[in-house]
Amino acid sequence: MTTTTPYRSPAPTGRDGFGQLLHAEWTKFRTVRGWLVGMIVAVLVTAGIGLFVAEGGATATCQQQGGPVMSGNACYNGYTLGPGGEPVNDQFYFVRQPLAGDGSITVRMTSLTGLLPTGNIGGGLSTRPGLVPWSKAGIIIKDGTTQGSAYAAIMVTGSNGVRLQWDYTGDTPGLSGAVSAASPRWLRLTRDGDTITGYDSADGTRWTKVGTVRLSGLPSTVQAGMFATSPTYISATQGFHSRSISGGPSQVTADLDHVRLTGAWPANTWSAGYIGGGSAAVAKGLGGYHQAVGRFTVSGSGDISPVIGGPLGGSSGPPELTTTDYLTGAFLGLIAVAAVATMFMTSEYRRGLIRTTLTATPVRGRVLAAKAIVIGSVAFLAGLVAATCAAIIDTDIANHRGDFVFPVPWPTELRVIAGTAALVAVAAVLTLAVATVVKRSTVAITVVITTVVVPYFLSVTGAVPTGVANWLLRITPAAAFALQQSTPAYRQVQAPYSPGTGFFPLAPWAGFAVLCAWTAIALAAAAYLLKRRDA
Amino acid sequence: MSQAVRAARPEPDPGTGPARFAGGATTRAAAGSRFSTALHAEWTKLRTLPGTLRLLPGAAALTVAVSAAAVATATCPGGGCQTDQAKLSLSGVQAGQAVVVVIAVLVISGEYSNGMIRVTLAAMPRRITVLAAKATLVAGLVLAVSAVAVLASVLVGRLLLPGHGFTTAPGYPPLSLANGSVLRAACGSVLYLTLIALLSLGIATAVREAAVAIGLVLGLLYVFPVVTSVMTNQHWQRHMEQIGPMTAGLDIQTTTNLSSLPLTPWQGLGVLAAWAAGALLLGALVLHFRDA
Repeated sequence: MTTTTPYRSPAPTGRDGFGQLLHAEWTKFRTVRGWLVGMIVAVLVTAGIGLFVAEGGATATCQQQGGPVMSGNACYNGYTLGPGGEPVNDQFYFVRQPLAGDGSITVRMTSLTGLLPTGNIGGGLSTRPGLVPWSKAGIIIKDGTTQGSAYAAIMVTGSNGVRLQWDYTGDTPGLSGAVSAASPRWLRLTRDGDTITGYDSADGTRWTKVGTVRLSGLPSTVQAGMFATSPTYISATQGFHSRSISGGPSQVTADLDHVRLTGAWPANTWSAGYIGGGSAAVAKGLGGYHQAVGRFTVSGSGDISPVIGGPLGGSSGPPELTTTDYLTGAFLGLIAVAAVATMFMTSEYRRGLIRTTLTATPVRGRVLAAKAIVIGSVAFLAGLVAATCAAIIDTDIANHRGDFVFPVPWPTELRVIAGTAALVAVAAVLTLAVATVVKRSTVAITVVITTVVVPYFLSVTGAVPTGVANWLLRITPAAAFALQQSTPAYRQVQAPYSPGTGFFPLAPWAGFAVLCAWTAIALAAAAYLLKRRDA
Repeated sequence: MSQAVRAARPEPDPGTGPARFAGGATTRAAAGSRFSTALHAEWTKLRTLPGTLRLLPGAAALTVAVSAAAVATATCPGGGCQTDQAKLSLSGVQAGQAVVVVIAVLVISGEYSNGMIRVTLAAMPRRITVLAAKATLVAGLVLAVSAVAVLASVLVGRLLLPGHGFTTAPGYPPLSLANGSVLRAACGSVLYLTLIALLSLGIATAVREAAVAIGLVLGLLYVFPVVTSVMTNQHWQRHMEQIGPMTAGLDIQTTTNLSSLPLTPWQGLGVLAAWAAGALLLGALVLHFRDA
């Protein structure tokens, strides 16, 4: 009688850690040629569309409040940059004195009136009474008289009440309502080192602190006083494919009295004039200052605000381009990645491989995790390569063509590029989870495209009204495209913000959180079903 | 003619079973119209499979829902807006087309994913006939369903728009199909969805895999309008709008300010028809020359 020993493979027993599982899934992914091709296609279409946008650009023009219209590369030097590095408008009529060291300034405003143009931009001087919502007058403490320098100001606005604003982008509301002789507004700014505090009051006795601002690096002697400025009045009609704009410079006039100064004011006399040229406004006879027995009348034209660039910029020519425009192809790359992510899961079901996979790794949740990590990482890499190429190469092309790309601070640029990659990666994981739930590639790809790509498409092309678009971009996973927004919307600057002009309803990371939440829900459902269901 | 064909064919030897069966089937198919048999077979497949047919009302529902949402949120205070009422009421077509794409893709990709295509092509070796039958069937179904969806969208517009400032006084008479251009927009939208279905069928036949086909078609549709919206060169913009299957095709919905269109409405629909024809031709060639 012969004893037979059962066959044993001479190969050593494999380990079954998560690392091995990841390796197995990575091997599956990289050995299917179509999927690698799909990822390469994703990179190529994303970068290719960007190239197309860069090559097909018209020479952008740019203009600062009150400044001349410039075009192409000249725009880079044309903008005044604020303390945060962003382009800013800084033009106002300033009645000022140097303030040495700490001190305060208090005034009472009894009236705020204005003039609006009746003709077209660049037209004559015909005006009618009226206030632009964000025309402003009040008191300001500023680093110096250089445009773009740091400041803090408390002011009464055309129709947005009292505001404390600082360094062009900061804005805090104070008392609301309009100002009149019967209902005056008292304003106060105090300086204590680098800290400036703004107060407002309706009667001059009961004061409310509006806010405290830190302006680091403020010199010991600053310029302080009264100011007035009023932004360009624009009446824009937004057609389906066209904008018609009329308007022109406006003016605001404030009556101020009860001016009280504390601290050291060595000049002891007021000097007045425009900050930031103001030549255009002066030529039109806008702005000025009058003083009589403690009563000041200050009027001015211009703006102290961030420049709204990008799609809403270039008011007198084609819109300005930003990095966002070069990454427009991302949605197309996302479709390609979603197709691959779908097949990464559904092909397991179609070919019965899922039974082998689950036999090899009986803890099914780990299979899903490994697949998600593999597809997410590959998609992130593809997105990052595509977005970086598009951003760098296209900006380069635009510069060579003599085109102007609206400058945004580098952290924003970084967020737009890395955010695009993160968006593609999480969308790929979402697709994988949906594919696990529904098992069929048709259903999976349809669900992902209709929830991620279609809402984005409908919103940014203006196919649906702004109300619907904002709503779509709050609740659908397409909200994550907010990561690509490179020019922020500022409430203190009036502009037609909408997804169609490049402004999303949610903040970038909030939008991304919406996508992540949907992905988490889909992953949970996928893990549950994978565990409970027969393979 | 069919008699002559049958007479010319040598009668199979009654003893050889499988050969006789195959020969008999061919003869019977040839006796009737080959195309109508193929059409009947395709209809049976579509009718008895769950899923695909159920998506048709989904396409209609999505179209009407998005149209209604667009109409319900539109306002025209004082009547000074430049809104095209017909285009606004038909904006759901832009969402509904995504489902139409899926339906058309499924008609062919479904067969590739479960291997049914081999049976189909064994039963009907004239592959172009199979594709023609599929195209006819999907076009007929989409035509019928989108007619319902478009009519409902126009009705919603007619009922809701006067409540949002679109009244006769500032020049917005209620939407009516008696108006020639509104009728053209409505009929054109039905044709638009039908052509989108044919375009999808052609591409899906060429690439087989459903996920890839859907991605390709939707990518092709959406890329032109999105790129146009960020393009700053108006010359290029216009050309992009002229060649894009969606941008050109949807020109048919425009009823006001026609002179600003890059193409006339029917020319635009013609561009989409050319895309659909090209896709079907590509699909037919690939189907003919490739192993199933």
